[in-house]
Amino acid sequence: MNKSVFIGALTAAGLAAAAAPAATLDEVKERGVLNCGVSTGVPGFEAPNADGEWEGFDVDVCRAVAAAVLDDAKAVEFVPTTGKTRFTALASGEVDMLSRVTTWTFSRDVDLKFEFVGVNYYDGQGFMVPKELGVTSATELDGATVCIQTGTTTELNLADYFRVNNMSYEPVPIETQTEAQQQYLAGACDVYTTDSSALASVRSSFADASAHTILPEIISKEPLGPLVRHGDNEWGDIVRWTLNALIAAEELGVTSANIGELSAAAGDNPEINRLLGTEGNLGEMLGLDAQWAVRAISAGGNFGESFERHIGENTPIGLARGLNAQWTAGGLMYSPPFR
Amino acid sequence: MSDTHAQTVAYVRETMLPERAPPATVVGPIGWARENLFSSPANTVITLVALAFVYLIFSILIPWASHNTWSATSLADCREMTGKDHGAACWGVINERWRQILFGNYPEHLRWRPILDLVLLGVALAPILFTNLPRKMLYFSAAYPFIMPWLIWGGTVWVPVLAAMGFVIGFLVIKFGEEVLGSLLAMVLAVVVALVWWLFLLSPLSDVLSSILPIGLEPIGSSRDIGGLLLAFVIGVVAIGCSLPIGIVLALGRQSNLLIVKTLCVGFIEFIRGVPLITLLFVASTLLNIFMPPGTNFDIVLRVIIMVTLFSSAYMAEVIRGGLAALPKGQYEGGDSLGLNYWQAQRLIIMPQALKISIPGIVSTFIGLFKDTTLVSVIGLMDPIGWATAIRADTAWIGVLWELYAFIAVLFFIVCFGMSRYSMYLERKLKTSH
Amino acid sequence: MTTLSDPPKESFRLSMLLYDTRYRSMTIQVIALIGFSAFVWWLIGNTAQNMAALGKTLSFRFLWEPAGYDINQRLIEYSSQSSHFRAAMVGVLNTLVIAVLGCALATVLGIIIGVLRLSRNWIVARIMTVYVEMFRNVPVLLWIVLAMAIMIETQPAPRAFKGDDATASMIFDAVAITNRGVFVPAPSFTSGFASTGLNWLIVLLVFAASIFVVRLVRARATATQEATGIRPTTWYLQLGLLIVPTAIVLLVMGLQWTSPELKGFNFKGGLHLRNSLIALWLALSLYTAAFIAENVRSGIMAISKGQSEAAGALGLRPNRIMSLVVLPQALRVIIPPLISQYLNLTKNSSLAIAVGYMDITGTLMGISLNQTGRELETLLLGMLIYLTISLLISAAMNVYNARMQLVER
Repeated sequence: MNKSVFIGALTAAGLAAAAAPAATLDEVKERGVLNCGVSTGVPGFEAPNADGEWEGFDVDVCRAVAAAVLDDAKAVEFVPTTGKTRFTALASGEVDMLSRVTTWTFSRDVDLKFEFVGVNYYDGQGFMVPKELGVTSATELDGATVCIQTGTTTELNLADYFRVNNMSYEPVPIETQTEAQQQYLAGACDVYTTDSSALASVRSSFADASAHTILPEIISKEPLGPLVRHGDNEWGDIVRWTLNALIAAEELGVTSANIGELSAAAGDNPEINRLLGTEGNLGEMLGLDAQWAVRAISAGGNFGESFERHIGENTPIGLARGLNAQWTAGGLMYSPPFR
Repeated sequence: MSDTHAQTVAYVRETMLPERAPPATVVGPIGWARENLFSSPANTVITLVALAFVYLIFSILIPWASHNTWSATSLADCREMTGKDHGAACWGVINERWRQILFGNYPEHLRWRPILDLVLLGVALAPILFTNLPRKMLYFSAAYPFIMPWLIWGGTVWVPVLAAMGFVIGFLVIKFGEEVLGSLLAMVLAVVVALVWWLFLLSPLSDVLSSILPIGLEPIGSSRDIGGLLLAFVIGVVAIGCSLPIGIVLALGRQSNLLIVKTLCVGFIEFIRGVPLITLLFVASTLLNIFMPPGTNFDIVLRVIIMVTLFSSAYMAEVIRGGLAALPKGQYEGGDSLGLNYWQAQRLIIMPQALKISIPGIVSTFIGLFKDTTLVSVIGLMDPIGWATAIRADTAWIGVLWELYAFIAVLFFIVCFGMSRYSMYLERKLKTSH
Repeated sequence: MTTLSDPPKESFRLSMLLYDTRYRSMTIQVIALIGFSAFVWWLIGNTAQNMAALGKTLSFRFLWEPAGYDINQRLIEYSSQSSHFRAAMVGVLNTLVIAVLGCALATVLGIIIGVLRLSRNWIVARIMTVYVEMFRNVPVLLWIVLAMAIMIETQPAPRAFKGDDATASMIFDAVAITNRGVFVPAPSFTSGFASTGLNWLIVLLVFAASIFVVRLVRARATATQEATGIRPTTWYLQLGLLIVPTAIVLLVMGLQWTSPELKGFNFKGGLHLRNSLIALWLALSLYTAAFIAENVRSGIMAISKGQSEAAGALGLRPNRIMSLVVLPQALRVIIPPLISQYLNLTKNSSLAIAVGYMDITGTLMGISLNQTGRELETLLLGMLIYLTISLLISAAMNVYNARMQLVER
């Protein structure tokens, strides 16, 4: 924000103290940039590279939305948020959407007044221990020292799990994932608990990954997804259906490689045609143009491509699709029909 | 007496003996060592222990640091190069990322602007610190607060020009209103007029002017791009610059004998000094927008600057209060006896001296503040420590730790140590007392 | 002859509010008050409007809801089912612990380093200068993070103590320094009352009583010295009075030391000084000690050289000159800046959040804030708590300062 915008904001404040909040879509279009809240760094999901550009699985969602709305996948301002600042950043309008490994829970949805638009990663809280401890089940963890990341749902799950199973533990609260990883590796805690996707990515980054094992217990459901503010349903729809477009594209076999060909003219599959705007007027209904989904998918590829590029089995993170495979392949990824 | 002497003593030397060189054990390196290191058994033991301690530190640091890993592109690369998993520094991370630690995401082709800003800062400070420089340079010092943010953020030139105009207008109102309305009313009016100018007229006027005469610098994407050490500098310099006038007002308020004004000032100062900066930063990151009228949305860097300014103005007020207290009472009385009114006495007699006494205090406040800017990493801003966290989350560098912290510590040390030495030099130079 | 006449009685005019110094100050104050009230009213109005828009209300009821998270270092009873309020109290106590420990260590270190900086031993003086400059010119947050990293990376994990081929061993079989913190033997009572707090209270009371008696003995000795000129030798009596009663009480109550033992995942028994506590404690103390050392040095330099020369002329040895003549006088110069260093240390302890030490910033303004989403309430409460602690410290230290100052006649 440059100085004139700053002064402008003050002016606006002085003139129209009680103006109704403008529609987020108009705001974003006027600004020409999408403000997207991310975390301060989770490998594979969001981290800045050497050129300072943010990359990752969550980042691709932001880029897809920016491409759909602004026709420019680069027109995203990434706002790093901590566990503490993420919700206020969204509530106060500092960011237009959050896409940062955030668990969809009842109280966040209802009490904090946010709208989770979908799930881009089905996760669950797990435990990782060094093999040499000889632990094979989480129920053997009585008395263990556990590294947890503060400001997340994992703390509460952990407290519940140990209380229910009548075990004691020593929590070591840690601010960032990199810090937690460092402490775990040095043996400052016996167990590292967080979302199992993160566990896998952390384990894969170890020099000797085979010396660590992820326990079979998954003690919680952690559906991670992008979220927006309550009360602006048009904007919520745009983010929701952009995410769905990415998922549906994978299901329908639309990839960044063949999308140019498929969107050039209407083909045989009416659903692909509707998605890519060669048939019907879905884009118009969203308040965008017909090509919105084409741009969103071209930005970072479809859901599967983005997954493979950032966190898939061929990356250092090395996550299997598992629950996050398409429903047709035995997973939970299921986009409502484009019709 | 000499007569007696001459008769009793057969021979008296009448010239001085040439000085003999002192024994080798008391001069030169040996003498120095005997005097300073081995003057007593206890001292010898202490010296040996100290030497052992120094050796221990270096024997850990040097083998760790002396690995030529500058060209590595990932930690795994480093491990391959040195053949060690631990105990070897991986400097490749600094080589690859030092620009981010220094500038954050500030656009590469615009980086001359912050550097120019730094140079201009020196030019602007020079006439304040050295009285033998031409007084005309003070005009540039006055203009610097408007040039500095413009160079960093870019955008049209009219905003800083018009913002400066606000001060001119306020000054004119005081100057011409004083005779008509009296000093008090004129001052209130000046403040109101200037506020109206900044809040309501500045923005449309600058839009109009920039559409007529579009002069300006390329604006940067957003304040978020300012990062690394540059962010620390921007927050530090802007906050200290803004807090100086606020601090002067608060210090005067605290010294005044107007009960309500004094209570308000003391309350503000003690409140700010009683809470940690981090809580104020939490306020900046989570609450400040709630306190503002609905629809206002400052970006986080501005919010942080606002809160840090409030924070440092409380400390600045105490520094300046110290300067005021150090002035002899005769200066105040002298001002009164010349028939100067309160503001005239402050402007012509008290403040120039009090501020001069306060300069070392102001510099150390700045050093403290500059170090404290690292706290913004706790609320997710990308200062050097924030960048260190982000770099450590990069899959190529997971596990890197000491190199980044050592680099950042050295950066801060150079800047802060340099400033504190400079302030000591100034202190000696500015000492006008006899 | 001139007759004095009363000056003409002034009638009050409105313009006097502006031009008459008697009334003008009132006018200024009223303007200031109006301005300030308007500002506060504006802030509150905005806040209310924004809170309404977000659908929130200002309510502290969340404080009595279960917190749901665990805290590792707790001085009072606490579990995840306790309320947010209790979590906040645990945090306040932890803040106080680190503040007291930090101030104590920083003072000791600061005085030693400050004196050593003036040492005639060149290398010692140099090392201390390097120390002071190094710590003063690097942000404290960096020191805290570094101290934590050193604790974690360089100390052995509890695992290393295990088995026959253990790579680490305990010091005297009593103290274990691990990368989870330091385990030291903890005292406990076998007989005595059920509550440990009560037991310690008794010990403290007995100890306080012996100190009181020792002071009486000393006062008697001084009185004798003043009357006869000879000071009776009482040091063995003082020492005995100081130690014996407390030792008896401890013996009667069956004091025993429980050494930490490696059981299962970790050391059990004994006192666990966690990593986060140690790192924060060391970093804060070392950092603040550098500043205190500078205060001490300038305090000592402020004492005129004549004082130490006069003491030398009386035949005092350098150590005694320092402890009997220079330091007591320097103390008066040192105390005021020392107060502000204590305040700084206490405020800097809020950086605990960087190493996961659960102080008030970590509990109330950290996890509670995250889990409940009540930013306004938690931050207001947290700031209020810090303000109270700061004001208490400065009040206490100012009283001490007033007692130490020279009484000027």
